[in-house]
Amino acid sequence: MSRFVPNGPEQREKMLHAIGAAKFEDLLEPVPEKFRLKEKLQLPEPLSEIELTREFEEFARRNKGAELACFMGAGAYDHFIPAAIDHILLRSEFYTAYTPYQAEVSQGTLQAIFEYQTMIARLTGMDMANASMYDGASAAAEACLMAMRATRKQRILIAGSLNPRWLDVIRTYLSRDDFEIYEIPFLEDGSLDLATASKLIEGGTAAVLVQYPNYFGLIEDLQSVADQIHEHKGLFIVAADPVALPLLRSPGDAGADIVVGEGQSMGISMSYGGPYIGFMAARTKLARKMPGRIIGRTTDRAGQTGYVLTLQTREQHIRRDKATSNICSNQALMALANVVYLSLMGSRGFREVSSQCYHKSHYLEKKLLEIPGVSRVFGNTPFFREFVISFPISSIELRDRMIEHGFLAGLPIVELGDGAMLVTVTEKRTRDEIDRYVSTAAGICKGGRA
Amino acid sequence: MKTIFELSSPGRMGVSLPELDVPETSELLISNPRENGGKTGLPEATEGQILRHYVNLSSMNHHVDKGMYPLGSCTMKYNPKLHENLARIRGLSGIHPLVPDSLAAGSLELMYRLGEFLCEITGFKGVSLQPAAGAQGEFCGLMLIKSYHKSRGESHRNEILMPDSAHGTNPATSTLADCVVVGVESNEFGLVDPEDLRRKVGPNTAAFMLTNPNTLGLFESRIEELTSIVHEAGGLNYMDGANMNALLGIAKPGEMGFDVCHLNLHKTFSTPHGGGGPGSGPVTCTEELARFLPDPVVILEDDGVYRLCRNQDSFGRLLAFHANTGVLYKAYAYIRTLGAQGLREVSEIALINANYLKAKLAEYFDNPFDNGPCMHEFVLSGDRQAKQGVKTLDIAKRLLDYGYHAPTVYFPLIVHEALMIEPTETESLEDLDAFVEAMISIAEEAEEKPYLVTDAPVNTPVLRLDEVKAVKDLCIVEPSQEGESL
Amino acid sequence: MSNIPEGLRYTETHEWIKDLGNGEYMMGLTFYAQEQMGEIVMVEFPGMLDFNAGDILGTLEAVKTAEDFYAPFECKVVRVNEGLEDEPALINESSYEKGWLVVVKTADPSGFAGLKSAEEYSEFIGE
Repeated sequence: MSRFVPNGPEQREKMLHAIGAAKFEDLLEPVPEKFRLKEKLQLPEPLSEIELTREFEEFARRNKGAELACFMGAGAYDHFIPAAIDHILLRSEFYTAYTPYQAEVSQGTLQAIFEYQTMIARLTGMDMANASMYDGASAAAEACLMAMRATRKQRILIAGSLNPRWLDVIRTYLSRDDFEIYEIPFLEDGSLDLATASKLIEGGTAAVLVQYPNYFGLIEDLQSVADQIHEHKGLFIVAADPVALPLLRSPGDAGADIVVGEGQSMGISMSYGGPYIGFMAARTKLARKMPGRIIGRTTDRAGQTGYVLTLQTREQHIRRDKATSNICSNQALMALANVVYLSLMGSRGFREVSSQCYHKSHYLEKKLLEIPGVSRVFGNTPFFREFVISFPISSIELRDRMIEHGFLAGLPIVELGDGAMLVTVTEKRTRDEIDRYVSTAAGICKGGRA
Repeated sequence: MKTIFELSSPGRMGVSLPELDVPETSELLISNPRENGGKTGLPEATEGQILRHYVNLSSMNHHVDKGMYPLGSCTMKYNPKLHENLARIRGLSGIHPLVPDSLAAGSLELMYRLGEFLCEITGFKGVSLQPAAGAQGEFCGLMLIKSYHKSRGESHRNEILMPDSAHGTNPATSTLADCVVVGVESNEFGLVDPEDLRRKVGPNTAAFMLTNPNTLGLFESRIEELTSIVHEAGGLNYMDGANMNALLGIAKPGEMGFDVCHLNLHKTFSTPHGGGGPGSGPVTCTEELARFLPDPVVILEDDGVYRLCRNQDSFGRLLAFHANTGVLYKAYAYIRTLGAQGLREVSEIALINANYLKAKLAEYFDNPFDNGPCMHEFVLSGDRQAKQGVKTLDIAKRLLDYGYHAPTVYFPLIVHEALMIEPTETESLEDLDAFVEAMISIAEEAEEKPYLVTDAPVNTPVLRLDEVKAVKDLCIVEPSQEGESL
Repeated sequence: MSNIPEGLRYTETHEWIKDLGNGEYMMGLTFYAQEQMGEIVMVEFPGMLDFNAGDILGTLEAVKTAEDFYAPFECKVVRVNEGLEDEPALINESSYEKGWLVVVKTADPSGFAGLKSAEEYSEFIGE
């Protein structure tokens, strides 16, 4: 008997008797004999708590990558996570609850998500937000589908400077013969080729999607894209990095109709890829086209304020094949992590995080440029937190050599040149780490060139 | 309760950050800085205030650690505490997803082994751990099926057959996958009618999507006949594994003629539901379909090294990164804790618990499909009570007053006033008896003092909420107060 | 007992149709159907377009249900009840008068003649 199952032989017998069954096998009567397993599953012998912990510690020990000073980003970031967040996430009241279908006993989850929706809407400069999507990439894909529903057009233009993994997800979600997806190329300075965009837009485009800052960390001019697509009655989708938003003009202010993004940076560990959280915000007029759950405020029979799932007729459990999406489970607990994080940070703290990422990444870039043979890839286009830099040796080789010195130096992007690397600096990196990164890289480059 | 925004007062802060230790860059940031003088409208409060706020909010939730949660098709079982700690070990939680494979050898081995376990449990050869939830697993499964038909020059196959008792995600996923839904009728026993299936299959059949046990908690006894009909028509069979808690160590989908299935780790394998997520919906499939699996799959090379790779024929990618890895850690821990015998015990007790409740409640509630044992859940009808003016919704709300979460109500659609009850294996006999007592008491109230039921709930943090108002006077974000600095 | 006025025609998808003359027909949702749905909170109207019999004209939404309404015969939509945009509950309050949905035009009156009578509809919904 495992420690999770309270009904042992004594209870089993009592219960089978009440059911009117002589033995357990009688309950399997509907399962045809030939499909009933005759042998035990081939699984390793069970482990005790002590043994299981030991096995996990061994797995963790072999994850050498977790010990490195992380200068890698590209969609997942090593930001500071205040301890208080986990104390909330580990409350049984939150993490062992289900989707808040019975609102009267789910006000905790419902109000927390209502607050989350509010914070996301305010950060992005939009009217409203939903209760979360699986991750930033799938949120972007759903935003494209939403734009096609809203405009009844079937062409999507995507900035070529979008994270390629996100593009892959969008292409997967939109892989239908009648959908057109075009990439808008980027210019030498990394910014969007607006002239090409304007040609591609003509003749019925549902939406243009631009990442902000883009995959290379560069800050795009959103307004001119917004103007172009709006002129052609399409929608403007911005994939925004929330950590940049305290410093940058909000997508909403710049004309976005839908804003999506990855919320991992806001209080969620990197955890080798997930669980993360996609956010989605939009203009009010698009609310009924949105995928996913939405929490609304209302009153109870006594007039007290309360919260419920609202606009449910968009969703799969009611609308079935005509639903706006098939999403059911979302990333609710991660939304809670985001809302607690943003509360702890507050307006000032979040701006400070944003500002430190900005200054520290520029400090590293400047120092790296002092190494002979190191150069910028996109000129002096403004960037936030991450940048592409070209080393005089292969970036893959540099990355591997830097690992030996305790650095996860960045993500090689060989498409931009042999030495090109996407480097990220969050507020967690100290000046000492940054300086040692530079001296180590300088040493390796010097050796490499000799 | 007040919102976090109402607790805000300028100047308060809930974190302490180090001073900036590098010189500020003089480089011009951008031509367009944040509007409104850089305000983001986030609240400003202290750590203590924030903790108190969210702890107070939490106290308004029902949850598994508080009381029974017999929510049918959701498998609300106990969530082991150790697993939460294990998933948070720094080496596992603090690792970037794009490190070279050799630096994530621990996570990769765990993922590889979990994939093998899931294949063994379901009787399949291929696995993707990527889908973030059951619905994304369904999408993954249909994309595999579409890729298969396309590879055979039959990309015109676009009809997905499913019974009228299917979960809402099934038809919604079919639409997402650019397919059309063809409904198949259930017979008087609540099972798929093979004759109707035979009539509905044809040259456009892409797949038959079936939950087994089905959403009435009944095992599809003629499963072999059903899957054969579809195969003979050139279609494939997809099993929605939402109800896999009934089959662990008892039967394998891969042996019943299914070609692909998804699992809900947050149901069957005890990873918590988190108030609606994150879940994880891995997909297992036949060798034939495995080559189309999404990027990445975990492979074990001959030299004993684990790697992520993209199959040449992969249909694409569902998430930016590998999977909801943190959820995988917990599911792995669960399977390692229980082993083969423990998993079989899970399903055995889940079945016994469900059948016990069904027997105990038989006298008090209608059961339109009571033709023998159920599997891990069963569906009652509140028709008898509805005739007295007490609807299933009222019964659900009254259960909240008794300290229980309500069962799933009004689903499946083929049962009037449906109450779908799934106790799971982690409920004790004593707790089941107490639940039976509560249900009987409510049935009596419905006859004698119906207002107690129709006025319910009264012992909850809020009373019945006005859902019409929530839609009509849509308020989905906290409005900014006049003069409030955003 | 539902309210099913004589003189109107009915469909199996619970629309009522009224002959306005000149090939124009007004349609709405029956009393029975609005009662089943509960308070209607939104109406999505069709464009002023041509439709075949059985095409979806638009959608009605209550809180927990959403139902499409359909073209009863080949027709063109010539007017929609714009008053419902602000006050969709008129469908509940006055399903045969103020809560009308659209006016359509058709060249072929035989489609209308083939619809159910009040008596047939009453039988159809089991009353």
